[in-house]
Amino acid sequence: MTKDECRKVVLDIIADIAPDEDLSNVKPDVRLRDQLQLDSMDFLDIVMELRKRHGIEVPEADYQQLASLDSAAEYLTPKFNALAAKS
Amino acid sequence: MKPARIVITGVGLTAPNGNNLTEFRGNLLQGVAGIERIDVRYMGSQLAGVCHYDPLKYQKKKEVRVGTRAGSISIYCAREALADSGINLETLAKDRTGIYVGCTEHGNVETENEIHAISKFNYDTKFWSHYHNPRTVANNPAGEASLNLGITGPAYTIGAACAAGNLGLIHATQMLRLGEVDLAICGGVSESIHTFGIFAGFKSQNALATHADPHKASRPFDLARNGIVISEGGCLYTLERLDDAQRRGAKIYAEIAGYHVNSDASDYVLPNPIRQAECIRASIARAGLTPQEIHLVNTHATATPLGDIQECEAIRAVFGVGCPDTYINNTKSFIGHAMGAAGALELAGNLPTFTDLTVHPTINVDNLDPQCALPGLVLNQPRKVAKVDTFLNNSFGMLGINSTLIVKRFVP
Repeated sequence: MTKDECRKVVLDIIADIAPDEDLSNVKPDVRLRDQLQLDSMDFLDIVMELRKRHGIEVPEADYQQLASLDSAAEYLTPKFNALAAKS
Repeated sequence: MKPARIVITGVGLTAPNGNNLTEFRGNLLQGVAGIERIDVRYMGSQLAGVCHYDPLKYQKKKEVRVGTRAGSISIYCAREALADSGINLETLAKDRTGIYVGCTEHGNVETENEIHAISKFNYDTKFWSHYHNPRTVANNPAGEASLNLGITGPAYTIGAACAAGNLGLIHATQMLRLGEVDLAICGGVSESIHTFGIFAGFKSQNALATHADPHKASRPFDLARNGIVISEGGCLYTLERLDDAQRRGAKIYAEIAGYHVNSDASDYVLPNPIRQAECIRASIARAGLTPQEIHLVNTHATATPLGDIQECEAIRAVFGVGCPDTYINNTKSFIGHAMGAAGALELAGNLPTFTDLTVHPTINVDNLDPQCALPGLVLNQPRKVAKVDTFLNNSFGMLGINSTLIVKRFVP
């Protein structure tokens, strides 16, 4: 998985958990909370959907890695690739 | 000191056959029921009353996703009631407004959904939703309305089985009289059609209706009745003290005349006509009326073989002789049993009787059960009547809770 693909995965999840938001201009290097109406429960949703849909675990200590699309892709892409390598 | 006079100034509702009072009343007068078939988890096709209001009229998509159906129904009904009352939400004293929502049950739907969801993950609870607790707390349906409307006064639910709709109004009346709030948004809601457990429970009690024609399935007082049609729905009112309502020039639907709540203390599920009659009599006494002065009785009857007979026994004991001006009807024959919303919805369906002097009928009575043959029962066709100044609404529930609410034509 590339980082671009990873950003798309995260964005797809956000589209479901924040269906009122316009995601067409999300800036990848800006904190998601600074450009979208997302609260702490929404971030738990992102964590839950990564777990449910993709089998990816994000420990609580790493939640800040999901702050922006770029930081999320930086953090998650190796996890996706490690998972793919295992299967 | 006489207690403050309390009046109904706004109505918001969603029923299986109407999403506002005009639609609902129109269908009750035209004999239009609202029962359909739905797919119930583990049980397949079942009869149910389904509401078709637009949740996005007052909620964001995210609110609908995160919240519960009962919360959504509360929000819709509360917003509709406020709009109907003419109260401006922007200038409303939100800390002096209470939300009192009657519920038969809450949390079954959300818990069943979560268990179903984790069943796909070998019941590993790490897949259990973090929304489970806010969705299932008993105050959820009132709390969601408070969040949506920005109401900062007391907002909670009243658990009273299927008497809950009446209890919402009764509790609001009490809180207004105590001066706890200046405006009450009150009534009842139900999301019960989304839980298989309620269907399965009634089925195990042999109390779930079946019929080839959905619209004929809910048939209180008919000899061929065979149980309850479960429905969702909601109805919330704005209640105010009369002087407040008059000060702002409010439209007044009716005045709360009397009420009573008691308990059978005799069985988990079987009704007790002696206690029901006591409840009816006590409400009439509190209203300062006699049975002869009650012009319309809306029955709780749910179309169970025994329950209908027992309520008729209670009504006969109170109104049996010497009440030629008392008419009797039933709204569940149109919309099924809307559980926690039932009392509030059925009250709304009959409120316009004060102005159109037409009693909506009990439909689906092809062969009247002789044990339910009450004088004054309005069967199958609406009836024009000379006078309706008072209306008594029965709502009873499991664990033997009985509630009777009387409203009267508003006379300044």
